[in-house]
Amino acid sequence: MAGMADDLQSLLDSLAPLLVDGSPHAVAMGFRLESVTPGQAVMRAPYRDDLIGDPETRVLHGGVVTALLDHACGLAAFAGLGGKDATATLDLRLDYMRPAEPGRDVVAEARCIRASGLFAFVNAIAHDGDPSDPVATAAAAFMVSRVSQEAAKRARKAFSEGTSPISQVPNA
Amino acid sequence: MTDALKPLLSSPYVKTMGVRFDDHGDELTAILPYTGDLVGNPLIPALHGGAIGAFMEITASAALLAGTPLAALPKPIDVSVDYLRPARPQDVYARGIITRQGARVANVRVEAWQDRRGAPVAALHGHFLIKPEGEG
Repeated sequence: MAGMADDLQSLLDSLAPLLVDGSPHAVAMGFRLESVTPGQAVMRAPYRDDLIGDPETRVLHGGVVTALLDHACGLAAFAGLGGKDATATLDLRLDYMRPAEPGRDVVAEARCIRASGLFAFVNAIAHDGDPSDPVATAAAAFMVSRVSQEAAKRARKAFSEGTSPISQVPNA
Repeated sequence: MTDALKPLLSSPYVKTMGVRFDDHGDELTAILPYTGDLVGNPLIPALHGGAIGAFMEITASAALLAGTPLAALPKPIDVSVDYLRPARPQDVYARGIITRQGARVANVRVEAWQDRRGAPVAALHGHFLIKPEGEG
């Protein structure tokens, strides 16, 4: 079992450069991957003026937290399902506990609670420094869809050929 | 109506996302114009689910602002997003319906679509904290 986990970790390590930097929207929002381990993913959204929701409070827009949690949950599901098949989000439920402190980065920590067959269930929190005082929590369900399986196949091919999948984005 | 949406249109994040609104009588459609920066997975290719979720949150805020004069932007309390189809690399549209509006909290439903309104790519429902003008 330990060997399997090690294999998965080395697979995730080899894919890590693609998991966030291969997603144009995550790059545009400035998201960074902190860590990905079997069933777990941590990502960071650095505070940025152009991502403020309300200029009066200077608090980041809820949508930034939504996108960060969505991405982190997707990675945790991917890592929970063995790092082979890309997943499609079925649903994402978010509770906004409090506004993030202006000026502070937001960090999302996502954990895959269960992954079996085609489905994965993920819980996550987003915090701005103290994980025991989250700004938001999330619960999400994912499945391995045919579309995402084919995409994963193309990703592996592009990766093994050393080409960047990012170059395939229309009008990027 | 355009005046009511001014606080939303001056939000830096809404500007960064490039969201626009098309206002016909009492029908308000939000538009998320396609750019490469919205792509989540270039290999499908599909727009980022988080971007679609965020766009629907903006649409919900717009529906609330268009419906009642508010002293501040609505704040999301909780939202639930269903992803129904992969969103293709093209424009996305959305409309919000206020299911119930109380003095402080409103329940809003949003559907987002691309080619056909009858084939939504995602749906959101959620609660938003509102501050009607002239109160507290």
